[in-house]
Amino acid sequence: MTTVNTEPLLRVEDLKVRFYTLRGVVHALERVRFTLNRQETLGLAGETGCGKSVTARSVLRLIDPPGRIISGRILFEGRDLLTLDEATMRTIRGSQISMIMQEPKMSLNPVIRVGDQIAETLLIHERSLNRRTARARAVDMLAQLGIPDPARVARRYPHELSGGMAQRVMIAMMLVTRPKLLIADEPTSALDVTIQAQILELMKKLVREIETSVLMITHDLGVMAETCDRVAVMYAGEMVETGPVRSVLKNPQHPYTRGLLQTVPDKANPEHPLYSIRGNVPSLLQPPTGCRFAPRCEYAMQRCHEELPPYYHLEGDHQCACFLHAEKAEVARP
Amino acid sequence: MQTSPQSRPPAQIRRPDAPPPREGASAADPLLRIRDLHVHFHIKEGVLRQHQATVKAVNALSLDLFAGDVFGLVGESGCGKTTLGRAVVGLAPVTAGEIRFKGRSIVGLEGRAAFERARAIQLIFQDPYASLHPRKTVCDLVGLGLKLHHLAEGYEIDERVLAMLERVGFSIDHMYRYAHEFSGGQRQRIALARALVLHPELLILDEPTSALDVSVQAQILNLLKELQREFRLTYLFISHDLGVVRYMSNRIGVMYLGSMVETGATADIFRQCQHPYTRVLLSSLPSLDPDAPHRGILLEGDPPTPVDPPPGCPFAPRCPEARDRCRSEKPVLAPRADIPTHLTACHFPHLG
Repeated sequence: MTTVNTEPLLRVEDLKVRFYTLRGVVHALERVRFTLNRQETLGLAGETGCGKSVTARSVLRLIDPPGRIISGRILFEGRDLLTLDEATMRTIRGSQISMIMQEPKMSLNPVIRVGDQIAETLLIHERSLNRRTARARAVDMLAQLGIPDPARVARRYPHELSGGMAQRVMIAMMLVTRPKLLIADEPTSALDVTIQAQILELMKKLVREIETSVLMITHDLGVMAETCDRVAVMYAGEMVETGPVRSVLKNPQHPYTRGLLQTVPDKANPEHPLYSIRGNVPSLLQPPTGCRFAPRCEYAMQRCHEELPPYYHLEGDHQCACFLHAEKAEVARP
Repeated sequence: MQTSPQSRPPAQIRRPDAPPPREGASAADPLLRIRDLHVHFHIKEGVLRQHQATVKAVNALSLDLFAGDVFGLVGESGCGKTTLGRAVVGLAPVTAGEIRFKGRSIVGLEGRAAFERARAIQLIFQDPYASLHPRKTVCDLVGLGLKLHHLAEGYEIDERVLAMLERVGFSIDHMYRYAHEFSGGQRQRIALARALVLHPELLILDEPTSALDVSVQAQILNLLKELQREFRLTYLFISHDLGVVRYMSNRIGVMYLGSMVETGATADIFRQCQHPYTRVLLSSLPSLDPDAPHRGILLEGDPPTPVDPPPGCPFAPRCPEARDRCRSEKPVLAPRADIPTHLTACHFPHLG
């Protein structure tokens, strides 16, 4: 556990995903790249349809036809997941990389007791276990999540649980195998704020305890500020900015990130209209050439409409794909 | 179910275009007055449907809404805020209590009177994907109200519809499209046009932006503010998002388990909230500033169900400061000593 390993846990390089639909080719992901270090929480932020979930599903290789990963590499502990065969991939899913979905009740089996569902995960990945030990470990895991009377909750069916409780069960199921990477896709968006606060606190604690890295997908910038070490902001299938959470939120470098932060009404002055980004998100059937944000950008230059901006390396591990930095910053190496 | 006795109000005179005058009512009279409102649902449980239970969705709730107010109603899911909104437009049965709109009771209205109320009080639903008919064009959707209420005929309907659509940011190109051709934010604007074309006086907005992204939300919130000023509207703004409510409303009511636990001017509540639940809600808001991590008060447990709620204070089982009195005696809304418009239902309000 104390081995010094500087190699990042997950490294995604120029991932390109397309969906071949009847209406045309959806350019869902274009040039997505990020690294996730060990025991780090990386937030993937952006609005509906920007490709956050597609990115997460690509990491697990869960893109179904008509979708296809066109190119890129997904290096998990140095191994390219895109070159593995399906059988090997199946041993990785659930045991080394787990995923928590947004709607806990949709992902739990309604006719199996939740304790047995957690135990099943263990039984699949640890062949040596017998049913009874697996059940006991499931109950232990529920206890670790601060669920009162875990033995009784383990015998319940999903419909008998509240939303917050069901999400805790999901977290238990995903962490019971002690995965190296946990992907959390909007884990608290379906929950109330007081329950959200509980779940986030719990996730932070557990992630520290079992030394997992987290890829946290969220559209809520507040949630991101509180849980993540680093963030990656996506827009229309492009990664526009990555960096430490403090640096990105306090000193956003991409016009889109800046706009997004300004639209949040929390601290806005009620006397003034809210800032809003003009225009609409482009259709990914025919994405704009050049920078995908250019048609809505206040600072767009001729060049922005013509060529795709490279990633510029800014101070302190901060990268931004915007020509505004062309003069001051170096192009980051891929 | 028993409804309070009420006289049928005479049919109102239609004044679709003029801004609503205050008919003989003084400025101090609330536009909407809710007194001691109860909305209970009876359910039968068990295999033989023998066990009877009551879901007390709204419990002894009182509320005054003045013309021009934007009243933000906040609370977690299941607290009864949506039911309250639906009771005002007659979509939820009122068990007891009264709702007065411009001085007239609007509980249990039927026929013509209910029809008139529908024009004056409009509701915007949360999910714009479910609230627009998929097989009607935008023109039909928005114009139907005008036709039903005999506010316009023939080509005049189209003209009025177009004027309203232009006001919310569409053009003539959008008139004959179907709902599925629009994004969430655009649909919510169509829903707004459909409500506003009838020139209502009170608009109930049930989580109008919670299905939308923040950048689209900003557009809709700005539009709502403009329209409110322009049409002199009164909003009952239901939301679970305190940031949105703070930005939109001048007054706030916090609901918990069917009861109003705190109400007052937005500034007063955000400056110094009195009820422990409000404090928990405010502290649960994630902070956008990574340098100022919020010190959240974490609550134990889930919100209790509104099926046979506890006898004392509804919040007592989860309250970090609950004492014996809280569990036996239900507190009523009482004004704060220094600010009489700020009311709290708590035996031990926070005065720090």
